[in-house]
Amino acid sequence: MNPATDAVREFTPRARTALDNPAVRNNFRKAMDGLMDKRQAAFADWDLEALRELGAAVRLRALSRLPELLVQLEHNLQARGIQVHWAETGEQACQIVHDICQRRNARSVIKGKSMVSEEMDLNAFLARSGIEALESDLGEYIIQLAGEAPSHIIMPAIHKNTDEISELMHQQTGTRRSHDVDYLTASARSQLREKFMRADVGLSGVNFAIAATGTLCLVENEGNGRLTTTVPDCHIAVTGIEKVVENLEDIAPLLALLTRSATGQHITTYVNMISAPRQPDEKDGPEEVHLVLVDSGRSAIYQDRELLDTLRCIRCGACMNHCPVYTRIGGHAYGTTYPGPIGKILMPHLLGLESAHILPTASTLCGACEEVCPVKIPIPQLLQRLRTEAMDGDPQRPAHMDGHGSKRNWREMLLWHGWTLFNSRPWAYRLGTALAARFRRWTPARLGTWTRYRSAPRPAPQSLQQQLRQCRHKES
Amino acid sequence: MTAREAILQRLYQGREQQGGLDVPVSNFAVLERPHWNHADKRQRFEQAMRSVHTEIHSVSRDNWCTVLQQLATEKGLHNLWVSPDTCHGKELTQHWQLTQTPLLQHCPPLAEWKDELFNQVNAALTGCRGAIAETGSLILWPTTAEPRVISLVPPVHFVLLDGNQLYSTLHQAMHQQGWADTGMPTNALLISGPSKTADIEQTLAYGVHGPKELIVLVLE
Repeated sequence: MNPATDAVREFTPRARTALDNPAVRNNFRKAMDGLMDKRQAAFADWDLEALRELGAAVRLRALSRLPELLVQLEHNLQARGIQVHWAETGEQACQIVHDICQRRNARSVIKGKSMVSEEMDLNAFLARSGIEALESDLGEYIIQLAGEAPSHIIMPAIHKNTDEISELMHQQTGTRRSHDVDYLTASARSQLREKFMRADVGLSGVNFAIAATGTLCLVENEGNGRLTTTVPDCHIAVTGIEKVVENLEDIAPLLALLTRSATGQHITTYVNMISAPRQPDEKDGPEEVHLVLVDSGRSAIYQDRELLDTLRCIRCGACMNHCPVYTRIGGHAYGTTYPGPIGKILMPHLLGLESAHILPTASTLCGACEEVCPVKIPIPQLLQRLRTEAMDGDPQRPAHMDGHGSKRNWREMLLWHGWTLFNSRPWAYRLGTALAARFRRWTPARLGTWTRYRSAPRPAPQSLQQQLRQCRHKES
Repeated sequence: MTAREAILQRLYQGREQQGGLDVPVSNFAVLERPHWNHADKRQRFEQAMRSVHTEIHSVSRDNWCTVLQQLATEKGLHNLWVSPDTCHGKELTQHWQLTQTPLLQHCPPLAEWKDELFNQVNAALTGCRGAIAETGSLILWPTTAEPRVISLVPPVHFVLLDGNQLYSTLHQAMHQQGWADTGMPTNALLISGPSKTADIEQTLAYGVHGPKELIVLVLE
């Protein structure tokens, strides 16, 4: 059992701790309220429904040709000198990155923001071989200093307020305690500048990989992504296999949706499109560029038409920002790389339902996530599907995913069999309701978690059928 | 079986099991802004760029060197990098009179001047291939004459933009400039403001890793 699956098992106590922490709740509430307003304002001039339809169509078109597009992407990247690697698991992907570093005698890796590298637990893997991996996105840098994981896929340090960040930077880097965000930002800039200059390898994620032109597209605001992919002599990009799109023009609607949905920006400061390593006549850019295509459970999701919609995701985080559960408990409570609604439908595939079965149940099914999803992923429907997958043990039905039926238990099954019997045989129903009415005073006052916040139901003195019979009797 | 073969095999199998996937038509019409005339585009471009702390100055072909020198003086720049191999670089070199702000013109491979570039170059001027009105974005395709780091490492970045090269949207720009047909360069960029972050409690701060100031000179 890996640490990630252990963390999921602790979901309930973590959620409770987060709910009891007013600072965490306040930090998230404030941030999510701001993000929801900004998103709404950013789409004010748009026919949002038509744009979301286009976004969904573009992603679905790419998924419909996924194997061909991956081969085309590989062909076009290789033709321009970018080396392509395939990894079935996160560990294989880590090994590939490690081997590239080792071949180049690299001791330091500077990282742009990459959730796939978080998913792979790359930093820890490299550290075991004595290779330092340093995060350069300001939010990632802050949580790396704190020894924490991201609590949001777009704003990794959103759970911390300025006070906490100031104290952390003071203790870890010697800056003075200050509420001045410009000072804290400038301090991080100067601390990381030298690291960018000296790093042996730059490692980044990919937002979209364009098959037709063989282009890796990255979006960011800080410039750390550009420095990471430009200054070191070797650039390694890691991405999930689902991030490929067919044509260059496909990124236009996806960019319009991604940045507005994520942070309410019309565009990020930088859109960085990389199609080759440094050419012989060029003065800068990495001499080696690698792309690592990571499967890690994605091809298993691809086996089922309904579940496949999970792969449409463009990782904007809007579902988190609008989720009433995420906003209250924050990202760390989930104990997974991807928290919030997208995490609830993605992580059970990456970790298996057996260890992650609780995630799809941590939802009120209010539907806010589906309403704001830029590529119209039916998240509530997928949550219900995963709940069914976890409980279903029907031997007649094929197992759809790892951990299928793992939450099924004999007590609950026995109860449902009894329920079926009770409701399908009139004599059993009459006898049961009569007994319930007769012994209603003995109904237990405590019914486990149900009565933690509610009073226990008590059967009526007469069942509906009995009352109906009496009425008819009086009438006749 | 290699990882590549195994992944592709699973994907082909998955799709076969589902009997293929129905795909709705991609209707890109929602991205178009046909009613914007040149003035609209110009106004939107400036509004979008200014909203993210970009300075914009209207200049003519006759006075842009003078305006740039005024700006360099106002900002107290110690030096300005400009390419000796571009038309605008040559023109600026001819007109440059500021002794307190010398022009830097050497551009060796990055490894040979990394320290100087990171620690001493104060500002740089580059051209661009046009701009996008809707999002306030400059289109840069770095070249041998104006490499990638020049628009990234110095704290102040000046960009010379031809006012006629204004596109309504990214979609229009990539089609009219034929990006997909001519082949993408090693690196293509959209730059929409100075470097920024909101990672500390959502408070916006400029100049985190890239340029702290972006100044656009629009040639009329």
